[in-house]
Amino acid sequence: MDETLIFIFTIVGAGLRTGTPLLFATCGALINERAGVLNLGVEGMMLVGALAGFAVSYTTGNPWIGVAMGMFAGGLLSLLHGLVSISLRGDQVVSGLALVFMGRGITSVFGSRYVEIRDVPRLPTVELPFMENIPLIGRGILDPLFGQQNIVFYIGLLTVPAVWFLINRTRPGLYMRAVGDYPAAADSVGINVLGQRYLWVFVGGLFAGLAGASLSLAITPLWIEDLTAGQGWIAVGLVIFASWNPWRAAMGAYIFGALRRLPLDLQAVAWLPFAANPILGVWLDMIPYLFTILALVISSREATRQRLGAPLALGQPYVRGERGL
Amino acid sequence: MIRFRLERRDNAPRWLPLVTSLGAVLVALMFGAILLAYGGLNPLVAYQQMFKIGFAESYSISDTLVKSTPLLLAGLGVSIAFRMRLWNIGAEGQLLMGAWAATAVALFVLPDTAPRFIMLGAMSLAGFAAGAFWGVIPGWLKARLGVNEIISSLMLTYVATLFINYFVYGPWAVGGFPLTEKFPRNAWFPRLLDYVDAIPFFRGMTAHIGFFYGVIAAIVLYILFQHSKWGYELKVIGDNPSAARYAGMNLNRTIVLTMLISGGLAGLAGMSEVAGVVHRLQENFSPGYGFTAIIVAWLARLNPLTMIIVAYLFGGLLVGGDAIQPAGIPLMIQGMIMFCVISAELFTRYRIRIKRNASVAEVSNG
Repeated sequence: MDETLIFIFTIVGAGLRTGTPLLFATCGALINERAGVLNLGVEGMMLVGALAGFAVSYTTGNPWIGVAMGMFAGGLLSLLHGLVSISLRGDQVVSGLALVFMGRGITSVFGSRYVEIRDVPRLPTVELPFMENIPLIGRGILDPLFGQQNIVFYIGLLTVPAVWFLINRTRPGLYMRAVGDYPAAADSVGINVLGQRYLWVFVGGLFAGLAGASLSLAITPLWIEDLTAGQGWIAVGLVIFASWNPWRAAMGAYIFGALRRLPLDLQAVAWLPFAANPILGVWLDMIPYLFTILALVISSREATRQRLGAPLALGQPYVRGERGL
Repeated sequence: MIRFRLERRDNAPRWLPLVTSLGAVLVALMFGAILLAYGGLNPLVAYQQMFKIGFAESYSISDTLVKSTPLLLAGLGVSIAFRMRLWNIGAEGQLLMGAWAATAVALFVLPDTAPRFIMLGAMSLAGFAAGAFWGVIPGWLKARLGVNEIISSLMLTYVATLFINYFVYGPWAVGGFPLTEKFPRNAWFPRLLDYVDAIPFFRGMTAHIGFFYGVIAAIVLYILFQHSKWGYELKVIGDNPSAARYAGMNLNRTIVLTMLISGGLAGLAGMSEVAGVVHRLQENFSPGYGFTAIIVAWLARLNPLTMIIVAYLFGGLLVGGDAIQPAGIPLMIQGMIMFCVISAELFTRYRIRIKRNASVAEVSNG
């Protein structure tokens, strides 16, 4: 009995860990979308953040400096999107796409020398040995869930309420929502719409960079080309699924983390056909991507029924004095 | 004090888009050079090498045509969707599915002895149909359920990659490598080098008939855009969906039809790649043609005839990029070009007025 429990909750724990980068990325995308700027370039910013974090951690020996530089790199790239979509009033969809190309290209050019490295200084794992000693649920549930989590998991847990609080209970958050929903009204009361949008695009970039760095320094601590494998895109989809709400974003990210992780774990289960024939595992690998589409189907049905969630001025450049919101 | 002000243009002169696009590419190459220099490479040497291999050698034309073929077909595909502001960015997945279906026909459906034109015709049809199917899924989801087509078409690209991997690693693998058997000779597109006996100049030239597929598709699309009801509806829906709806256009049907043709052309690109170049299905046979096609389409401003030229230039970029290290340079330059092109669009939509010594009144008016 205990063995089954341990197995199940080890998988769940691994899913929570795997979902953490997705959580950061989704929160970041959510923030800049709440300010009215659609940034499809999350995948590109994550890649840049992952490589910068990896490279800096390797050269300085300190993974925390790596995380900081990864975040900064993501933020820097996001400013490019800000420049094009906010100041130059370019198409946000195409600009976001361009960001993905840039991110993939830059990391492919500068990352080639880091591909063989395996001994990068990683973010620490938080050992909680006392979990095992808690009666009843300690050994079967709590220990496999929390006994050996990486520190980024706990940072992720703190991020969700923090982002919610920022958006809904602070003045900067109020400005963020104002420029995202009614930029002209915000402008008329003296809020610097373009400045605010730059700020939140940059913050979104910081989060995407954090997502990337947590991937390359904690979850899958190595660098390969295309390390993110579409997670940035899944994050963009999750924002819609989450109706721009951080709590639902966290739920989505953890579910997706579990789905992403599941194929690996199921290959160890002897009585499943995947254990004998690993090629069949390819079908399991499709699950996160198919599930993203499914999640969008569910949430778009909801969105049309309730007409809520999306920031009103999402994707529209603000030009003072021109028609629009 | 110098101040810049943007004024909306009512109509831009015809030469302006071309000039801004060219300017944007030049600026992108300059930024690319800075990054290359930062990475410890000599940008002039890298560019010169790329240009030489991509355009200036005796075999360049043929090699560049080979690379530009899938770019042209898939680029035409995505441009159709982009015309109605439908963001089909899953051309790569549609291309992969087209290649898969063409492979299935060549290796498992038709016998080796089938006449060449039947074989190639059936492969083309299958490739188009499979790509179209992969394009219709996000189209239908968009039309029926309002699902964001950017995400769904892209997710389906990842699914298609895994789908191909299943077949090339699993049931279709030969000798433990992730690739299928070679196609029978009559499932190969005719290539220039097939006629080397008649014209010795064609020695070693691997350009294949697929490029003509692209040119024909471009001409047909150009005519359709200019003269058909569908072409007109695309433009109206793209410019103003609510006006289109009030005018009685069936938006949902047009979305699905457009994604069908868009995906079909990308599928044809995949078919042409396996029938004309690799002659088998294998893992990673496409270095992201479907993604580069997006930039090609955008740079050609969705004009099918311009796209022939742009696809050729990008084909050269890929050929030249293959010859230099590291391998990501063309990808990076592509991203740069895309950024600069959308930034440059500002100049076609707005006029920039430079004001010197702005008066107090003007400053306060913003």
